[in-house]
Amino acid sequence: MDRIPILKMGHFLLVTIQVDLYDRLALTLENDLISMVSQTGARGVLIDISAVSIVDSFMGRILGNIASMSRIMDAETVVVGMQPAVAITLVELGLTLQGVYTALNVEKGMELLNSKMDTNLEQEEDEEDQDDRND
Amino acid sequence: MIVMTKDTMEIVREQDVVPFRNRVREFSTKIGMSVVNQTKLITAASELVRNMLKYANGGKVILEIISNNAKTGVRLTFADQGPGIPDLSLAMKDGYSTGRSLGLGLPGAKRLVNEFDLKSQPGQGTTVTVIHWKHGR
Repeated sequence: MDRIPILKMGHFLLVTIQVDLYDRLALTLENDLISMVSQTGARGVLIDISAVSIVDSFMGRILGNIASMSRIMDAETVVVGMQPAVAITLVELGLTLQGVYTALNVEKGMELLNSKMDTNLEQEEDEEDQDDRND
Repeated sequence: MIVMTKDTMEIVREQDVVPFRNRVREFSTKIGMSVVNQTKLITAASELVRNMLKYANGGKVILEIISNNAKTGVRLTFADQGPGIPDLSLAMKDGYSTGRSLGLGLPGAKRLVNEFDLKSQPGQGTTVTVIHWKHGR
């Protein structure tokens, strides 16, 4: 069966979608990604859709699902490289991809994920500091 | 209205969706439609063909290049013999779905194309016809 490869890079998982997704392939990707987040303890998922020419409501829902599921598993999702025509179409369709972070390209997406990790770490440290003080 | 090119595709499985979308792309490229308009039409077509598979176990699509008063466009006719839609105005409402989806398919598809016509007879099937003109208007 066809599968979309998922690469692990540091704390993040990278996915590049190079083909037009049919439904089963998209659902397999959703499953694979969530399992990988669980196995690797990844803190971020970056999905590159620069080669995807059509995002319909089904595909949009899959992206939203991946983001929500990852968030529950303590990982943030960034979708990068959306083609302008796809963005125009998505908004007219009524799909605003709420809850999904987006960035213009892979580089900016990585920066976004890194900054999310940094703020999360700072928050954790703050909490620890407070705990210390409470002790 | 003159029909310049015509083709029919049977849609019975999920795997038929991608080849169908490619065929719509071929038709819209042939008349020189811009990428944005192509993307709108193909996305609308994708929503409609998905509905057909989900609610009626498939059906057939007629693809045509049409011309009318110096305007050229692509017309797609989605015909199925499924259960039909009992309440058309409800089905055209954003966020309404009987199938646990986002409920964007029909109203979203309508927003994406220039002309949209929905006919349904409960128990006999549904026919959706959309037209998208070369210049998107």
